[in-house]
Order: sequence, then structure tokens, then C-alpha cells
Amino acid sequence: MSATTQHAGANRIPTVDETAQNHSNYLTASRGIRSWLLTLDHKRIGVMYLISVLGAFLIGGLLALAIRLELLTPEKTVMEADTYNHAFTLHGAVMVFLFIIPSIPAALGNFVLPVMLGAKDVAFPRMNLASYYLWVFGAVFLLAAIALNGLDTGWTFYTPYSTTTNSSVITATAGVFILGFSSIFTGINFIATLHTMRPKGMTWFQMPLFLWSLYATSIIQVLATPVLSITLLLLVAEKALGIGIFDPKLGGDPVLYQHFFWFYSHPAVYIMILPAMGIISELISVFSRKRIFGYRFIAYSSIAIALLGFLVWGHHMFTSSTKLAAVIFSALTFSVSIPSGIKVFNWLATLYKGSISLATPMCYALSFIFLFTIGGLTGLFLGALATDVHLHDTYFVVAHFHYVMMGGTLVAFLGGLFYWWPKITGKMYSELWGQLSCLSIFAAFNLAFFPMFILGTRGMPRRYYNYLPEYQTLHVVATIGAFLLGIGLMMAAAVLIHSLFKGRPAPANPWGAATLEWHTSSPPPLHNFEHVQVANDPYALNEIVFDEANGGFVRRADNGSDPPAPSPATPQLPV
Amino acid sequence: MWLFLVSEILFFSGLFVAYAIYRNRHIEVFTAGSGLLDVSLGALNTVVLLFSSLTMALAVRSAQLSQRRRLVMWLSITIACAVFFLGVKGVEYSHKVHDGLLWQGAITAEPGTEINGVPTEKLGTFFSIYFAMTGLHALHIIGGIGVLIWLLVRAIRGDFSGTNFAAVDFAGLYWHLVDLVWIYLFPLLYLI
Repeated sequence: MSATTQHAGANRIPTVDETAQNHSNYLTASRGIRSWLLTLDHKRIGVMYLISVLGAFLIGGLLALAIRLELLTPEKTVMEADTYNHAFTLHGAVMVFLFIIPSIPAALGNFVLPVMLGAKDVAFPRMNLASYYLWVFGAVFLLAAIALNGLDTGWTFYTPYSTTTNSSVITATAGVFILGFSSIFTGINFIATLHTMRPKGMTWFQMPLFLWSLYATSIIQVLATPVLSITLLLLVAEKALGIGIFDPKLGGDPVLYQHFFWFYSHPAVYIMILPAMGIISELISVFSRKRIFGYRFIAYSSIAIALLGFLVWGHHMFTSSTKLAAVIFSALTFSVSIPSGIKVFNWLATLYKGSISLATPMCYALSFIFLFTIGGLTGLFLGALATDVHLHDTYFVVAHFHYVMMGGTLVAFLGGLFYWWPKITGKMYSELWGQLSCLSIFAAFNLAFFPMFILGTRGMPRRYYNYLPEYQTLHVVATIGAFLLGIGLMMAAAVLIHSLFKGRPAPANPWGAATLEWHTSSPPPLHNFEHVQVANDPYALNEIVFDEANGGFVRRADNGSDPPAPSPATPQLPV
Repeated sequence: MWLFLVSEILFFSGLFVAYAIYRNRHIEVFTAGSGLLDVSLGALNTVVLLFSSLTMALAVRSAQLSQRRRLVMWLSITIACAVFFLGVKGVEYSHKVHDGLLWQGAITAEPGTEINGVPTEKLGTFFSIYFAMTGLHALHIIGGIGVLIWLLVRAIRGDFSGTNFAAVDFAGLYWHLVDLVWIYLFPLLYLI
């Protein structure tokens, strides 16, 4: 690239024109279906993951709409009771195992992590590809369960029902078992990459917070997933051979299954939410044009959540464990809210006196804070023994975890997707329509799930096919909200797909962020960077200023004109 | 690789927890059940597996020193030990099948009779755990044999040298872990 050689600056950001000239980015470096399917490039694997998990999300979402449609009336609406059981089980299993767990780490993380580190790729590119194909095999097994006998156990596969039902429990658990390996591979890969491939000068405490959260996530993936694997293996052995470990008829203990299952699945909740928190830490800082407040606290709180997450599995079984154990688990559950609270307060402190721009990713980030706070605070009602005994297995629980999983993880995923979209595809989307999609998702989400809190406190049990007529009004409101939510998500998809064809080319740094992934062209070249990167301060946002000629942001030193246009200067807060 | 080993340990940990819980609840069943296992065959297997760990360590050393012929020899001995281990395990399993001492759902030893003071119907709990733990361990041995054969082929081809021995090293770590698991399984199932 001749233009680059004229400017000696090692980290100079290419302009739009150069990006357009730069023919060889990772998307165009090689052609043909084989070059995608057999690629070892983390960016292409990330894109394949992205397309696949969004496909899974579509399936899970359509199942959700089917469930909501059925619940429109107290009696049968569109499907038989048995079909309904299959629908909610598959909705849960697909959303949890195929979408939420791999969504941020495997799709966005795979793309962003090495570029954020200024590295060429992850530590083990082959293992990365293997992880993707394991995901595909796992998905095939899980979806084969639909095609065969369906699955009606609920996504938790609780014994003894799961060992006696005729539906395809073995196929589905085999799928989840394989997906577990996919998740472990991603985790090992990320840990090794973060340990060995940080650029020169990047200490642990100069890493962007998204990487801290991925690190914490990977720890959980590596430590918790094997326990799920052995549990499911025993479940399969129980069902196929009758080994009598979980089946009470053979002297087994079904509650032991629940302990094993939640020893994985509670930490898995943090696999889902921690990367989302990482994205929010980036977005809030960039779009407030301000250094993140309390960097170290946010970093440590990610690790604290990862570790405390291993100690709270018992709160799923308050009523089936001893009183003392329940008290201990309740106390530990409350302790998890401390690091979560630390994060929320630090984000709010970052907003304070920031120069906030309501770009689409920021709208999603603000929605996240709002929805996650509701989800988190209602979690305290469930962590408290006296209230949980009443709220257990009601719609209150359903509303709570949808606020955290969907209002939290999904909204952050969308925020991250809109944020990194220019980097991934090299196209800018329509800002106005992006903001509108966020607004409609936010409004429809609350319309769909807030009524469920009320339903739960009034005693509507979860997973029921029929209900008393008194509950119908709120169910109708929730169903309308669910369909509007579907429309909102379609709108977000339309905005992004439209940009692929009609969007203007993205500059290297459209948002004015300081992390390393914005130091390369959009989309990045095959090896990510033209030059070896050295670590910089990931939150030195006042170093980054808008450049008219470029159409994007550049570093102040690269701009050449001094004094630079005063970016909304804010006093630097101590880290 | 170390991370993978950690996840392996957690993979087995579930079974160890199950063992602890059921032993605690049915101490008499476990004492009776472990009395039915053949300690001498178990001990033989322990020795064989420990010896194979030694030969594996020697194989890693030969790879580091670029001694191709010795590497091939030590790897072959390790594989032979592993196959021997599985053979002994097979003999043990066939005895149990013959006596009808299977997992809970399939136990066929004469109902109504007592073995070591415990009704046969109850012994299945012990044998469920026994088969689950040793079965999973045996699967790991089989996987290990596969990896060792692959290494052997590459060693004969002369792929390894003092600068390129990582694969042998990692397989060695894995093999020691499988060995270590057995070191715990043997006393828990056979001795106490």
C-alpha cells in the first residue's frame, strides 16, 4: 500500500479512500466456499459463528412466539398440551445452549479478541475451527431431537422424568454434551491467547475490559462445563442402562442430578452475562467520550463474579435441600450482587459529566443498564428464602431471567453487534433506523416481560399450558409485547442487512474508540494489522479526535494539526 | 494442555462426588461390594499402569534427546502396558458379568440371597458406580492408546526431535493424569 509508506507513523489509521483501495481484506483475501469452511482465520470463524447463532436465535425466537400464541387464551389456542411442552423445552434448550452461551464469546469474541490484542489470530486456530464444527454437530443433534420424538423435559432434563419419558432425551443430551466440548475449546483458546499473545507493553491492567470479561468467562467455561458433561453422560447411562444413580426406583437420588446440573448451569448463567458486561464497559466509555470509571474494580468484579458463581448453585433447590444449606446458599447468592452492583455504579459514574452521544450501540448499552438492573434487583427477591418459597417456579422467575438473559445478554449482544458491525463488514448502517430498532426492542421487551412479574406475584406457575381466566389480560399484553419484540428484532436485522448492500464504506474508526481493533482498516486485512502493534491506553479517549478528511476518528498525533479540536475534555479520573 | 487436564479432573470429579455421597449413605453396600472385587487383579493393573507412566516419562525424555529408536521402544512398551491393562479389566468385567453383578438396572445375581450380608438387590448401587468410574477410565485408556499409536507412527517416521517434542510431552501429561485417576480409583473401589 503506497499511501501508507508516505506516512511513517507505525499506527497510522488508513483513510476511507485507502480502505476502499485496500483490496485485500479478510473477506476478499480468498474466494470460494472451501476458503470459508476450512478457514483458520479467527475473523471468518467468528462470522460463521455469528451467522449460525443468529440462525439458532431465529429458531428459538419462533418457538417463543408459538408459546406466547398458545398462551393467548386460558384454554387450547393453537396447539395440543404435549406440543406445548415440546415447544417450551426446545425454546429453552436452543436459546441457552445454541444461542446465548456461544453468542458473545464465540461470535463477537472470536472476531474481536485477537484484533483487540493487536494479534494475528488466536493461540490455537485449528482448535478454534474444531470448536465451530463441534457446535454444528451439537446443533444437529439437538435439532434432530425435534425431528425425532421431540423433547418435553424442560431444558434442565430433570430426573426422574427425563429417564422415563419417551421423547429423545438421549439425542438431545448428546447434542449438549458435544456443545460442551465446543465451549471448552473456546475457553481454553481464549485463556491461552490472553496469556501469551498480548502485545508488547500491555499488562493485565491495560487490557480492555471486554477482554477481562472474556477471560473470566473462559475460566468458567473450562471449569464448569466438564461437570455438565459427566452429568449428562450419567443421565444417558441411566436412561439406556438403568445404572440407578439418579433414578429413585433403582436406589438413586434425583436431587443429586439437580445438584450436578446446577453446578454447571448456574456458573453458565455467568458465562452468558459476563461477556455482555464487558461489551457494556466498552460502549459506555466510548460513547461518553470519557475514561471508564473504576477500571480495576470492574476488572476484579468480573473475576469475583466468576468465582462466586461456582458457590451459589444451591439456590435453585432451596426447597429440596436442608434448611442450613439453604441459608448458606441464600447468603452466597446475595454476595454475587455486590460485584454486579459495582459494575452498574461504575458505568453510571462513567456517564456522569460525560459527553454522551446516543449512537445506536449506546442506545443498546443504556437499555442494558436499565433492563439488567431490573433483572438483577428482582433476583434478590428470589435469593431471599422467605419470598423465594412463594415465587419459586412462577412467572416471576420467568420474567427475572428473561430480563437478565434477554434484556441483559441479548441487548448487549446487539449493542456489540452494532458497535463492531462496521469493523466486521466495512459498512455503516443507518443510524436513525438503528436507533429506532433499539427503541422498539426496548419498549416491546418491557411490554412482553413486565406483566410476567405481576403474573408471578399473583401466583401464575411457569410452564403451565392452561391457566385461570383472571390471568388472561396480562397474558394477552405479554403476547402482544412478544410479537412487537419479534418485529423490533426483524427491524434490527433489516437495518444491518440493508447496510451490507447500501451502506457507505466504514472508516477505520467510526466511533472514536481507543482500543486496538480500531487501529486497522474496516474490515481488517487477513493478518489484522499492517504493522506490529504496541499496547496503548485503551481508554485514552481524549487522544482520539474527529478528522473531516478521513470521515472517522484518528489519534491526535496522527492528525497533524495542532492544537487539535478540543474534544469534549473531561478531567481524567484516577483509575 | 494444563487447562485441558483441569477440565478432565472436573469431568471425573462428578463421579467422585457421586461415589462419596452413595458410600456415605450405603456404607454396608460399599463394603460388601468392594469385597467382591479381585484385589490381586486390581493391584496387578495398578503396577502395570504405574510402570507405563515410567515408560511414558522415558519416552518424553528420549524425544527431548532426539533418540528415535529409544522413543519408539518406550512408546511401544507404554502401548503394550495399556493393552495389557485393558485385557485384565476385560477379565474382571467378564467375571462380574458371569456372576451377574452388574449395574443396578441389570443386576442378575440371584435375588433374595445375600452376599457378604447385603441383599443382592442392593449391591447394584455399588456396581453402578464401579462400572461408571472404571468404564469412563477405560474409555480414557482407549483414547490414550489411540494417541500413543499416532505418536508411534510419527516417531517411526522420525518427526520428533529435541526441538519438536511438544506432542509427546502433552500426551505424556495426559497419560500421567489417566494413571493418577486410577491411583485414586484403586483404593476407593478395591481396598476400602
